[in-house]
Amino acid sequence: MTVYNIYIFNCDGQCIYYWQWERSGDSNVSQVEEFKLMYGMIFSIKSLINRLSPIDVDNQFGSFATNKNRLHFYETQSKLKFILNTDLQADTGKVHEILKEIYTGYYVQYVVKNPFCDIKGVSIESSLFTKKLNCFISSLSIA
Amino acid sequence: MARLKASYSEAFTKKVGTELFLLTYGSLVAQLIQDYEDNDEINTQLDKMGYNIGLRLADDFLARYPQTKCVEFRETADVIAKFGFKNYLGFVPVVDKWNPSDRSCSLFFDHNPLAEFVELPPEHASLWYANILCGVLRGALEVVHLEVEVKFLQDVLRGDDKTELYIRFIRKIEDTVPPGED
Repeated sequence: MTVYNIYIFNCDGQCIYYWQWERSGDSNVSQVEEFKLMYGMIFSIKSLINRLSPIDVDNQFGSFATNKNRLHFYETQSKLKFILNTDLQADTGKVHEILKEIYTGYYVQYVVKNPFCDIKGVSIESSLFTKKLNCFISSLSIA
Repeated sequence: MARLKASYSEAFTKKVGTELFLLTYGSLVAQLIQDYEDNDEINTQLDKMGYNIGLRLADDFLARYPQTKCVEFRETADVIAKFGFKNYLGFVPVVDKWNPSDRSCSLFFDHNPLAEFVELPPEHASLWYANILCGVLRGALEVVHLEVEVKFLQDVLRGDDKTELYIRFIRKIEDTVPPGED
């Protein structure tokens, strides 16, 4: 499986982290604009899903696919949103686990527990987090 | 995946000695007393520190003890007592004194968990020694989108029978709507 890129949004809809491993094309809009579009899309899908099935309060969508790639989505109860783009071979269940692991094993460990990382800030400025995350993702691509 | 999970839960089992923790907290409060003198100001500072801890603690808590979403405030209070207090402070407070609309309650402790070795000096009789806990709860609940008011109503250190921590639900914080097209 190939992992393309990751977005992490905070509860205010700000993209606090972006990293790309494989990306051949450009979205033709500025990065800020791209983040806004991404958050807007996720927000709309979420609200649509809750309208379609208003009884179940804990509705979550996990992923969607185009003919080229698959977007995986995981939201924590603290309303952090983790979005990972992969190729179509990726197993959705497994990637969901990977996203949870990025939250519990990497975000919580290297961002939340790092007293110098501003968790209310606009972006995650931690080279340790990036380094550890890179190791983790590259270990997945080999497997 | 299993391997990664195991290594993560291992990291959780490390514990700090109770006395080290209590003495650390004690010296923190003692320092604040030196720096501020005014009791209300010290209470505010403790609450502020707690708030910043709470903002971080909430994510740690969610990562360690995955919970299904609480539907009502009674459930939230239950989780705070049975998981939060139990796992971070090692005891379970009694949740009681619900108001008729289930919007506020009190947590009762038999003793003051942070004040094992403490007696309040007479000039600081109006200090809420464990006021940091109010901030922690306020910060942590804000992360899961609940705005609450938390304060101590009684403290064994002040000669009361029990320590009482009051929590009132104010409102649910809604999702941020993305900004419209410019």
